[in-house]
Amino acid sequence: MICVENLTFQHPHATAPVVEDVTFRLEQGRLAVLLGPNGSGKTTLFKCIAGLWKASAGKVRLDGTELLALNYRQRATLLAVVPQDHTPPFPFSVTEAVLMGRAPHIGLYAAPSSVDMEAVKEALEAVGISHLADCPYTRISGGERQMTLIARAIVQDAPIMLLDEPTSHLDFRNQHKVLEMVRRIGTDRGLTVLMTLHDPNLAAVFADQMIVLKNGHIVADGQPDIVLNEQTLGLLYDVSVGFVENEGRRFAYIKANTLLC
Amino acid sequence: MRIKSAIIMSSPFMAAGMALFWGAYDLSPPQVLDVLRTMFSGANTPEAAIILDIRLPRIILAGMAGMALSVSGATLQAVLRNPLVDPFILGISAGSAFGCAIAIGFLSWLPLQVAAFVFGGLAVLLACLMARSGGEISRLSLVLSGVIVSAFFTALLSIVKFVVDPLKLQSIVYWLMGSFALADWHQVKTAGIGILLGCFPVYLLRWRLNVISMGDDEARSLGVNVSRKRIIFIACSTLAVTSAVSVSGIIGWIGLIAPHLIRMIAGPDHRRLIPLSMAGGAAFMICADTVARNLAGLDVPVGIITALAGAPFFIYLMKWGGRESWGQ
Repeated sequence: MICVENLTFQHPHATAPVVEDVTFRLEQGRLAVLLGPNGSGKTTLFKCIAGLWKASAGKVRLDGTELLALNYRQRATLLAVVPQDHTPPFPFSVTEAVLMGRAPHIGLYAAPSSVDMEAVKEALEAVGISHLADCPYTRISGGERQMTLIARAIVQDAPIMLLDEPTSHLDFRNQHKVLEMVRRIGTDRGLTVLMTLHDPNLAAVFADQMIVLKNGHIVADGQPDIVLNEQTLGLLYDVSVGFVENEGRRFAYIKANTLLC
Repeated sequence: MRIKSAIIMSSPFMAAGMALFWGAYDLSPPQVLDVLRTMFSGANTPEAAIILDIRLPRIILAGMAGMALSVSGATLQAVLRNPLVDPFILGISAGSAFGCAIAIGFLSWLPLQVAAFVFGGLAVLLACLMARSGGEISRLSLVLSGVIVSAFFTALLSIVKFVVDPLKLQSIVYWLMGSFALADWHQVKTAGIGILLGCFPVYLLRWRLNVISMGDDEARSLGVNVSRKRIIFIACSTLAVTSAVSVSGIIGWIGLIAPHLIRMIAGPDHRRLIPLSMAGGAAFMICADTVARNLAGLDVPVGIITALAGAPFFIYLMKWGGRESWGQ
């Protein structure tokens, strides 16, 4: 469970907060999407919840414990973060990269044991990239790298998973594949999942809850079919939005010629 | 991989064994073996003195210095996430050089080793203090302040070089090129303590280097207290490197290339990289020093040999062999 209470974040020396008085609640075992245009404070809110940035005011509670009362290791056992696509400086193998997820469970002076290796093997199987186990992590595709990072979050064995724009560098098919995978893993393991996304249609397909952010404030919070309407999306992106319905699913689209006026 | 690791791990001992047979004083292999056989009987022959009190401490010292430089290079490359980093990046070489110069030039009561050690450590401390803001030390500002501190101490060194007596200038320049010519058991003991004390924690914590090399935010979200670990790693490598530099002078190049060579052979996982860098660096330095003391009639500074031998070997591996050793 994630509980954010009156969270405000302001950069030192900045005149206005990036995120102001944000409050929401995500129940255990649910999948929520944080939606908002560029510059809405999504990433800031994400970093505050991940404990990487310290909020200027307000609280983040994870399963009832306050985030800032925990040290890094304790946080990492409660919360696994899947970062955006990135390139490490050294070409670790996929197995070595996933193994790093065991860090909070391994003693300071200890090295990973066979139990940890077993967890890695299982996670690689769960995301379907066992065949890449020995490949350099720097030489696999973006979709495979995202799967590797998800496997790393799995072995971290935390009840909450945060994903920062997991689809940002992926093609059409891989976007769906990754999100499908995240939802399946979330359901199988009873994880609470929070991710940021840019595409409202993708969010509508996979989310149980949508939290919509604009200019650092929450403008809507609830089930996707209620939150996603012409008015909210229009306000959010400053465009005129329409919906089409097909095979029981609703898709938002931007109406022609409403962008540049 | 097992076989490769075993070969690298045993290489310093093989190199040391062979190095015992070469030297300025001509001893035949049977003579050397004879001395080694009667090593503990306390025989007091000139041959025994040459092998046990001149060659052996020098070989051990070279091996330990090679180990310190190489393992610190590997550590700092991971901690600063930069494959171009060498153990001197934070100002150790410039600081120690200045310390040595004032010890030789003006403060003859101050032992050279002590001055080099103190000023090398001081330079790193200054770099860390400069890079510190808001309780955090970021890795980019650390590299930058290392460069600044190096420039500052190099300028001070230039002043000393400019005003000092030309005869003393000669010894300063010789020291700066790096050499094990003055090695004895006392140096092995004093430098050895610092080197081992510096290397041991790095060895124990080596798996965490994998996590730290992924970047600050990621390491934090994986539960690692990055700031604290970074200080531990920097302090340990500084201790090891200043201890080595204090007895050998500045031997460049090895701390940059030895970790890369090992990475190309054994991959980037620090669980293997750290012990293999220790062994590989030691073997490389023993070989370089053996060449240095036998190449010509006089003792050539070993730093020249490490650069001369390292560069072509490195280019060979980079172009024609081995695995890639960094990303992109």
